[in-house]
Amino acid sequence: MSEQVRERETRRLDRVVVRFAGDSGDGMQLTGEQFTSETAAFGNDLSTLPDFPAEIRAPAGTPAGVSGFQLHFSDHDILTPGDAPDVLVAMNPAALKANLKDLPPGADLIVNTDAFTGGNLKKAGYADDPLTDGTLDSYTVHRVPLTSMTINAVNAAEGVGGAVNKKEAERAKNMFALGLMSWLYHRPTDGTEGFLKKKFAKRPEIAAANIAAFRAGFNYGETTESFSVTYEVAPARMRAGTYRRITGNIAMSYGLIAAGELTKLPLFLGTYPITPASDILHELSKHKQFGIRTFQAEDEIAGIGAALGASFGGSLGVTTTSGPGVALKSETIGLAVSLELPLLIVDIQRGGPSTGLPTKTEQADLLQAMFGRNGEAPVPIIAPRSPADCFDAAVEAARIATKYRTPVFLLSDGYLANGSEPWLLPTIDELPDLTVTFTTEPNHEGPKGPEFWPYLRDPETLARPWAVPGTPGLEHRIGGLEKADGSGNISYDPANHDRMVRLRQAKVEGIARDIAPLEVDDPSGMAEVLVLGWGSTFGPIAAGCRRVRAKGLHVAQAHLRHLNPFPANTAEVLRSYDKVLIPEMNLGQLRMLIRSQFLVDAIGYNQVRGLPFKAAELAGVLEDVINQ
Amino acid sequence: MTVTTNGSGISNRLLDLIPATPNQLTRKDFTSDQEVRWCPGCGDYAILATVQGFLPELGIARENIAFISGIGCSSRFPYYLQTYGMHSIHGRAPAIATGLATSRPDLSVWVVTGDGDALSIGGNHLLHAMRRNVNIKILMFNNRIYGLTKGQYSPTSEVGKITKSTPFGSLDRPYNPASLALGAEATFVARSIDSDRAHLTATLRAAAEHPGTAFVEIFQNCNIFNDGAFEALKDRDTRDDATLKMVDGEPLLFGAERDKGIRRAASGGLEVCAATDENVLVHDAANLDPSQAFALSRLTGDAHGVTPIGVFRNVDMPTYDEALNDQVAQARTKLGKGDLLGLISGNETWTIN
Ligand SMILES: Cc1ncc(C[n+]2csc(CCOP(=O)(O)OP(=O)(O)O)c2C)c(N)n1
Ligand code: SF4
Ligand SMILES: [Mg+2]
Repeated sequence: MSEQVRERETRRLDRVVVRFAGDSGDGMQLTGEQFTSETAAFGNDLSTLPDFPAEIRAPAGTPAGVSGFQLHFSDHDILTPGDAPDVLVAMNPAALKANLKDLPPGADLIVNTDAFTGGNLKKAGYADDPLTDGTLDSYTVHRVPLTSMTINAVNAAEGVGGAVNKKEAERAKNMFALGLMSWLYHRPTDGTEGFLKKKFAKRPEIAAANIAAFRAGFNYGETTESFSVTYEVAPARMRAGTYRRITGNIAMSYGLIAAGELTKLPLFLGTYPITPASDILHELSKHKQFGIRTFQAEDEIAGIGAALGASFGGSLGVTTTSGPGVALKSETIGLAVSLELPLLIVDIQRGGPSTGLPTKTEQADLLQAMFGRNGEAPVPIIAPRSPADCFDAAVEAARIATKYRTPVFLLSDGYLANGSEPWLLPTIDELPDLTVTFTTEPNHEGPKGPEFWPYLRDPETLARPWAVPGTPGLEHRIGGLEKADGSGNISYDPANHDRMVRLRQAKVEGIARDIAPLEVDDPSGMAEVLVLGWGSTFGPIAAGCRRVRAKGLHVAQAHLRHLNPFPANTAEVLRSYDKVLIPEMNLGQLRMLIRSQFLVDAIGYNQVRGLPFKAAELAGVLEDVINQ
Repeated sequence: MTVTTNGSGISNRLLDLIPATPNQLTRKDFTSDQEVRWCPGCGDYAILATVQGFLPELGIARENIAFISGIGCSSRFPYYLQTYGMHSIHGRAPAIATGLATSRPDLSVWVVTGDGDALSIGGNHLLHAMRRNVNIKILMFNNRIYGLTKGQYSPTSEVGKITKSTPFGSLDRPYNPASLALGAEATFVARSIDSDRAHLTATLRAAAEHPGTAFVEIFQNCNIFNDGAFEALKDRDTRDDATLKMVDGEPLLFGAERDKGIRRAASGGLEVCAATDENVLVHDAANLDPSQAFALSRLTGDAHGVTPIGVFRNVDMPTYDEALNDQVAQARTKLGKGDLLGLISGNETWTIN
């Protein structure tokens, strides 16, 4: 069959999903990140999702070792990293094998034919070559000898040829792929060349090799006839302001730093490394100029213990972890409840139980955060809804923790942690003043004169006074034993214990008066079904709602940021709809809370596949519920 | 002895960061209004009295002292002291104190713990606090039993101990806390006895003077569940032959007649010899090499018939607190005080009009 040479056409798209997939050593994350930077610079709205194996170097060439990066970009505001790729770049057979199931028929597939050798096919588990056996018949396949063309390009580049060895030349093949994709989607390229120069500043020959490969990829697109169409996605109309791209974990780190600045308390992070939370430790460790102390403890218990000790001393104590770490911290969280000291517990949820799926996402720690302690030990819970929202959620958590003298849970997850989106940077006057004042004077008239009662509460917030060591005359002891209401002395009195349990509960419940009401998005005002979510499912749920509404159906959406306590108007919102659907990446944890607290017979939609929901999937579920 | 800014005789570079008190404090100033609730006759009373008597010597403001404890009879200690205090959870006091001490160099932070609290449930935290050399003073009351839970054997109980949980005798070999601390390269390791007020006071003073972690094991009698555990070291008739009081820079001699000494044994360890032996060792607590201190700690107990008390090791090393706060200070010098908006903007932004 002879290839028909067609006039090259440029097609305008409103949105595109691309996925880069290769061996974990192939640099796919870097490639995806850089394509994303080009896209951000171009002005599209975007959302990304990396997907990497749990093993640092899983066996090369096997599907287990495949690392992927997906980017969704558009000319309008988008909510998710996209359900299915429109184009997949597969650097080897394993990457093809691991990703092909996600690729809808008709999609573009760019394969590195050089990697389709007998050995690689075998490692990937292919008996026959998928490039020739008809497996790929329903896709638009672009066969590119990526490795050899990269090596040729590097060798031919002036001043680079002899300076790098074959392996180094070959390693630049991800930049060839990036160049080709940049050409295909009309991305600006200056940023990437600048980035490579900076990244390899110490090895200019490597920088030159990568730039040569990048340009070669771009030029290959220009000259090859394999691509009959190129694509344009116009910049999105976004709110005016200055943007940057940010992942959830970095936004969380910045939110914590902001919390320290806004409360004017030194930040103390006590933690122990665990995926997917470690990035926050890494990030905060870099910014000691903010007076931040980071402490990598011997375990999770020591991490939170040190953070609580620092809070006792007047710092803003923070601990970061994932589900297994929360389990270890439980007893100390109970102590913090009893001590009534501010403390932030950041849980970047991952698949469980036990070690579970360390690099995959899930939101199954809600009930652990809610109830995972002995005794009646209420802890406020806040969940960000998108990567950039982690910043605001952290600031809000610090507000509640310091104002109410309580530990606060922040429930993020692997999807938010590693996903990224544009972030409209806040200006200084958009940030709240959270200045904390410590108690410095006695607050009670005792028989022998003024005394300090550490558990004499503020009548409005029920918060106790926070007097830090170093304050003369206010020396006092606190502990995990039950305390007498007011004086804080040890008390085993039954009535006092009952009162203290209820006071601690009432204090947390009272926060409902001090948080934003639950907002409902019901554009037509005619919806009978409410879809309620929390945390990272916001994007897919909202995208699902859009699809359903585009078909002329009516649905209302509400998303909880505060999970304990719920906003004061939650009952009213729930009662306004005939049906309430709660999609969650767990077996129905929010649904259990909603049913028991509000006696609403909510319907669940639950998936625990370690992956975020897809908009199409939720749209289908919504339609079913609406039409039932 | 140098005279400090706070006017007391006790000084070190970290203590000098703590505000001095203009007042002459007394034992009474450190006594809280809480009723002490240990069993009558418990060794904890004597330790409390000694600590309350000693604290005024620090010469620092009372409000700049904090006692953090775990759980156990011993861990009730902070309630009875008129300082800042936290009665925390079982075994975790060293971790909590680490956060407090490193974030507040203007505080004198003490940990009170028991043999179960420190060596069983909290063993890991204890080791790591000592390894890091955090500026905290750890007082471990060793009664070789779980007091608060009513008498189970502990990690320092002798093999074969008959308790409620071991009616046929305990099976596991005990820790030697001093050996353990020296193994973790603690920079200050000492041992004293609840009833020997003068010795305990001197030991507390040495601990307070040490910058960094001071681990002090205090033999404490639990007259309810393990009475007489240290009787041989306390009984007038036996104590001089049973205890070796280590004094830095002096020969290691002991005995009612001071007729016995310590020398190196062919095995590489130490052994008891005559005081007149020309190889009697001189105690060198400041030796950076902990080998001899470790060998001394091994003398403890029945085989040698002598138990060393006093300071095993006392070496001045960089502390974790100083290093951590130095990094913060250096970052500030190098980068200036943090600029929040600058930080969050990063170096790749775009503007939409
Ligand atoms: C997590 C936890 N486990 C167990 C206990 C029960 N407990 C309290 S104190 C203690 C042992 C205390 O022994 P020790 O530290 O030697 O203190 P002592 O009472 O002898 O002074 C135990 C097992 C507890 N309070 N918390
Ligand atoms: S049980 Fe033992 S250690 Fe506890 S208070 Fe009584 S005598 Fe003291
Ligand atoms: Mg004990």
